[in-house]
Amino acid sequence: MALQLNESLQNVVDGLSESFTDELIDVYQSSGDTFVRIIADANVEICRYLKEEHHFIYLVDVFGTDRFTSQDRFEVIYNLVSLRDQQRLFVKVWLPEENPEIESVTDVWASANWYERQTYDMFGIQFTNHPDFRRIYMPEDFEYFPMRKEFPLLGIPGSIPLPSSTPDTK
Amino acid sequence: MGLESALGDGYMTSKVDSLVNWARSNAAWPMPMGLACCAIEMMAFAGPKYDASRFGSEVMRFSPRQSDVMIVAGWVNYKMAHAIRRIWDQMPDPKWCIAMGACASTGGMHRCYGVVQGCDNFLPVDAYVSGCPPRPDALLHALMKIQDKIRTEHSVKLDT
Repeated sequence: MALQLNESLQNVVDGLSESFTDELIDVYQSSGDTFVRIIADANVEICRYLKEEHHFIYLVDVFGTDRFTSQDRFEVIYNLVSLRDQQRLFVKVWLPEENPEIESVTDVWASANWYERQTYDMFGIQFTNHPDFRRIYMPEDFEYFPMRKEFPLLGIPGSIPLPSSTPDTK
Repeated sequence: MGLESALGDGYMTSKVDSLVNWARSNAAWPMPMGLACCAIEMMAFAGPKYDASRFGSEVMRFSPRQSDVMIVAGWVNYKMAHAIRRIWDQMPDPKWCIAMGACASTGGMHRCYGVVQGCDNFLPVDAYVSGCPPRPDALLHALMKIQDKIRTEHSVKLDT
């Protein structure tokens, strides 16, 4: 299906396909939003380009997806907004099941700090060069990643300690 | 105060158990453990319309050392469970616990890895209140059940 892009998004897609011919994998639209899929190694470079050249100064969210496929199981999605042009763009990166690792974009947008910690906490995706890389919701010694598909809905019994049900008296 | 004139001269007999239980059951001060939307209904329970002071329970004590009944109002996650247990351990005996609402009783709609599936996993609960959230009347009913329970307890410890 042909892309229906307005002027500013057309500029973005044209700029990306000129400057990052090898790194750009796919451009598509769904539910009125525009998605750009890129290779994992180029994420910081492309994010910086989008911020500096196309004014996507607002990083709304970074989140993960467990696609549950045999190849490229995990996905990291950056939700970008340009307040000046009033445009939204989703940038996607696919990562393998074994050792999913990607460079942090905290140098581009400082707000990525907690989003990336959340993505790590829920999916186990490692972000390199992150200034404060640790879990954000779950206990630090928790051994699982709850949003992965194989994780049971009710959790692993005994994996998070409950207080003792007997009083602490002599 | 009027009671003396109604009784006239003389005396009455009773058991220590009955006297102590009568006093305790009409002065069950709640520890409001408000964790979610149930806490709003718990405020209505203490407010003028439903008026928990009719049952001697209007004194919401935010200090666990002055309270008798813990009302767990809302869903309990694993992190909060340790704080609740600690507050419960600080409450002086005798003490009672009400699990208010579906979440505190069973986990309710929060059927997931982060929420304790019922606060009876780590607390001895005396009364469960159904509802999501329960009406203040239902909480009053639970309080009356706690009062019934207090009145049937042995308040004076026997040497065994």
